[in-house]
Amino acid sequence: MNRRDFLKTTAIAAGAAAPVAAPFIRSAEAQSRAETLLVVTESGPNNVDIHGVGTNRPGYEVSWNCYDRLFTHGKKTLPDGTDSYDRDKYEPELAESWDIGPNSATFKLRKNAKFHDGTPITAKDVKWSFDRAVSVGGFPTFQMKAGSLEKPEQFVAVDDSTFRVDFIRKDALTIPDLGVIVPCVFNSGLVKKNATEKDPWGLEYTKQNTAGGGAFKMTKWTPGTEVVYERNEDWKSGPVPKLKRVIWRMVPSAGNRRALLERGDCDISFDLPNKDFAELRAAGKVKVAATPVGNGIGYIGMNVNKAPFDNVKVRQAVAYAIPYQKIMDAVLFGMGNPLHGGSSNMAAEVAWPQKHGYTTDLVKAKQLLTEAGYPNGFETTLSFDLGFAVLNEPMCILVQESLGQIGIRTTINKVPGSNWRAELLKKEMPLISNFFSGWLDYPEYFFFWCYHGQNAVFNTMSYQSKEMDALIDAARVAAAEGNKAAYEKDVKAFVTKAFEEVPRIPVFQPYLCVAMQPNVSGYRYWFHRQLDYRTLSKA
Amino acid sequence: MSVAATPAPAQASAAVATLKHARYIIGENPVTGVAFGIFVLLALAALIGPFIVPFDPLASDTAAALNSPSAKHWFGTDQLGRDIFSRVVVATRLDLGIAIFSVALVFALGGLSGVAAGYFGGWTDRVVGRLADTIMAFPLFVLAMGIVAALGNTVTNIVIATAIINFPLYARVARAEANIRRDAGFVQAARLCGNSEMRILLGHILPNIMPIMMVQMSLTMGYAILNAAGLSFIGLGVRPPTPEWGIMVAEGAAFIVSGEWWIAFFPGVTLMLAVFCFNLLGDGLRDIVDPQRRT
Amino acid sequence: MLRQIGKRLATAIPSLIGVVVVTFLLTRVLPGDTAAYFAGPAATPQAIAEIRAKLGLDRSLPEQFVSYVKDLATGNLGNSLSTGRPVVTEIKARLPASAELTFLGLFLAIAIAVPLGILAAVKQGSIIDHACRMVATAGVSLPVFFTGLLLVYVFYFLLGWAPAPLGRLDAFSSAPPEVTGFYLIDSLLARDLETFRASLAQLAVPAITMAVFSLAPIARMTRASMLAALASEFVRTAKASGLTPTTVIIRYAFRNALLPVVTTLGMVFSFLLGANVLVEKVFAWPGIGSYAIEALIASDFAPVQGFVLTMAIMYVALNLLIDMLYGVIDPRVRMEG
Repeated sequence: MNRRDFLKTTAIAAGAAAPVAAPFIRSAEAQSRAETLLVVTESGPNNVDIHGVGTNRPGYEVSWNCYDRLFTHGKKTLPDGTDSYDRDKYEPELAESWDIGPNSATFKLRKNAKFHDGTPITAKDVKWSFDRAVSVGGFPTFQMKAGSLEKPEQFVAVDDSTFRVDFIRKDALTIPDLGVIVPCVFNSGLVKKNATEKDPWGLEYTKQNTAGGGAFKMTKWTPGTEVVYERNEDWKSGPVPKLKRVIWRMVPSAGNRRALLERGDCDISFDLPNKDFAELRAAGKVKVAATPVGNGIGYIGMNVNKAPFDNVKVRQAVAYAIPYQKIMDAVLFGMGNPLHGGSSNMAAEVAWPQKHGYTTDLVKAKQLLTEAGYPNGFETTLSFDLGFAVLNEPMCILVQESLGQIGIRTTINKVPGSNWRAELLKKEMPLISNFFSGWLDYPEYFFFWCYHGQNAVFNTMSYQSKEMDALIDAARVAAAEGNKAAYEKDVKAFVTKAFEEVPRIPVFQPYLCVAMQPNVSGYRYWFHRQLDYRTLSKA
Repeated sequence: MSVAATPAPAQASAAVATLKHARYIIGENPVTGVAFGIFVLLALAALIGPFIVPFDPLASDTAAALNSPSAKHWFGTDQLGRDIFSRVVVATRLDLGIAIFSVALVFALGGLSGVAAGYFGGWTDRVVGRLADTIMAFPLFVLAMGIVAALGNTVTNIVIATAIINFPLYARVARAEANIRRDAGFVQAARLCGNSEMRILLGHILPNIMPIMMVQMSLTMGYAILNAAGLSFIGLGVRPPTPEWGIMVAEGAAFIVSGEWWIAFFPGVTLMLAVFCFNLLGDGLRDIVDPQRRT
Repeated sequence: MLRQIGKRLATAIPSLIGVVVVTFLLTRVLPGDTAAYFAGPAATPQAIAEIRAKLGLDRSLPEQFVSYVKDLATGNLGNSLSTGRPVVTEIKARLPASAELTFLGLFLAIAIAVPLGILAAVKQGSIIDHACRMVATAGVSLPVFFTGLLLVYVFYFLLGWAPAPLGRLDAFSSAPPEVTGFYLIDSLLARDLETFRASLAQLAVPAITMAVFSLAPIARMTRASMLAALASEFVRTAKASGLTPTTVIIRYAFRNALLPVVTTLGMVFSFLLGANVLVEKVFAWPGIGSYAIEALIASDFAPVQGFVLTMAIMYVALNLLIDMLYGVIDPRVRMEG
């Protein structure tokens, strides 16, 4: 056979094969596309274990979908029709039922639940996982502590399907804290097998592999590129998800992510600039769900340990000089709730965040600055996290311009994401733009981390006040004891104090926005601000 | 003395000849003429731009945010309602500044060490050569990124980083040119007159290779601006709210898909024109100094 | 020949050592506190100190350098802190993506710029000459990320001709069985024309972006050396002997003009390796450039070191290849060597 004949034969063969194969491939492809969700975001996980060192937000999403927790939250529908988790409604997940007593809580586990590798899930696994969370240090331990879950002795495997948590003190946040991402259940046998002497909790293994029994299994992970999940067909801890497969691709350019959405080439994306969300929503081609982030504020923080911000009048002057409405219009594009323009600095309700009494009033600001002894203003640096530049940069430019009008001359300092936490921890930056939200949606929880004299890293202003500490502690005690009247009085008092002394100026409560194709349904807002694939489906 | 004195009239007549030649080149090559025109415009904008722009380039006006080009705002407005025309014009000074200073710095570092390497040879040559090789072996943009990330993103550091990555280019060209001339007649004459080696190097060889270095400088000025733009794109550019073309393009790029093309377009076109102009000027200059063309 | 290669390699060793030292120092002075980054948002100073000790960051610089060089000698580039995976594995997995893109970009650039340069030289001083120069210079005058975003906007968003900028393959296709790591070659080896088409479609726009950026130097050098060749005696002789213009231009002038063009290619390649970093970011390309940027931003220095070292080795290897090409193009060089 010479070359020409060979080419001819192959061409014919290829031509003959194609029509036969193609329809089959195409229908299979269409089928799989209908059951596959294509998620597109800016960045991906760096670690798929929530107990790991430095796990980032995308990593939380993997943990949430691939591991089970004892219970989950129910659903409520928000006024705008979006579904949200219900803070006050608990529903069974791994535990079928539970009984909360004054000194302990007992959970009855499902008897038929299995890990992804087929091993049955027992109370021993739950205990091992919780022991791990309170022992490894860093973020998980810290989060457990927020609910007074501190020692391994608190966790008892009564028998294979009964698990008990003993309380070390009365704390209204203990039960809510068992429903966050951290207390998830690991396949203890599998992780122990991969643990080493240097790494007794097997963190190196779970960093890259999921070892749980959740609704999805992670089947592929290429860092910075792609995560692929398959549905866990044997999932017993809830209704089997409708999606068979989830493909999550990282697309760094925001413009390209929007283009993908508009052209229908991806199903869902949630970290676009606010402007794009506002426009996509107005255009109506894709669905946009926008939910206020619970217990979250974007704020301007001032370091109260250093002149001139140690002077409350200077802080109030700055609060009167923030261009609130400009920020709402040109930075948030309406995708947030304003927190300025309340009737006064007296807390109006038992809630957080709520409106304070400051407005943009440059005359008053200038007057306060003069009273404070800075008639000609001063120079300072305004810092922000480069990782959130889309929001921070225009906001800081507006703040800089407005402060300039009362004589405060600022230099803008962009801090790379890798450096931001270290800088926060040093507590030396005089003026910052930042965001914080608490998973547990209770005012005293926010204040405990952000205003309490224990000076946690989130108290970015180094604010210390004995009275404030007393109010926050009293509110926690009142909540634990169920003393509603005392609780409400304390909450209102600490909010008022935070507004009057204003170490941080609440500027807005942002919305968590998610854009999806019209055929995607079942989206639900969660406190952790990541996607829950279990309720999503594609028509 | 006499040797040192004679170049003066000779240089004057040479200057006239070069000018004549330049006019001939521009006449024959209209593209270079256009480039020269753009350059004059840019220089003018850098000198008097800040005094003639219609708006304060830093003043926001959120009521007029994202306006498309109009009679009031010729190039439209950005997300914060700042006038893009004013920002583009005012940015000229900074961008040309980055280009000129980085080129001056790399000329001082790379050009001089290259001349020394070519003239002295020996270990000077080896050290300079190795240094240039080492820098060349880096992916250049990543090296610039690393330097700016390590030293902090200020204009000075952007200038330094740009100068460092251009070092090998200058060192090599200067070395080659100096090497050819080390034993040329005018050098030997200067040597015979008792000039010190340093004096020959700086007073005779350097001026002689200046035209060729000028070509190189013109070509790399454009590259310096592009490099600053690339750094802006990954967040390592100049500090906001300072107007700078690269950062305006990088920020405006996010608005292309949503239809606000003007935010990136005008700074982009200006940047392109500037780089374009430097490149064409470099080509034109080469034609002027290239002896092959002159004959 | 072998001796020549050995000699050439030996001269590259000092610059490789320089690269190792400079990279090491540069990554250590990066401002990000790696330990604080990985300790998470709620870390206490003690927790950070513990992590620092765990990562070996509490040791002195010379100590760290010695252990780094020891690891290098055994081919161990360390582990990425942010992904926990060995840098060698990551680079091995990502290098083909970058290389495929860069080579295709370079190939396209040569295919366009060389004829353009020849044309400009043959029609020296004409409108065509000026037009060629304008086109080539315009390409290099735009920031490469901007060209990329514009092309995506026009060809994907507006016209719909190009596929979604989602990396090497769309989300629903699967990669061909790996032989070379180059999808174009692997899919052909597997006789999977569908995947070949899909990966070529994904490659097209980013490769064009790279090519546009590198037209100017190649075209400029081709034009210049063609001009020199066309003015030479042997071309005049060839013309006078009545050979056809095509024969004269291609066989006589161009072959002789090739040497400087090949030299320029080495420089252009280094240029493209840098541009790669930005292009990969725009096109969500899973190459080593995007890997290096992310690592640099996270102050994760093992991948940055690995990346720079890989690039340096590639650069040295390519220059070696070019040196050997000289011998093929111009036998005189071979004899002298």
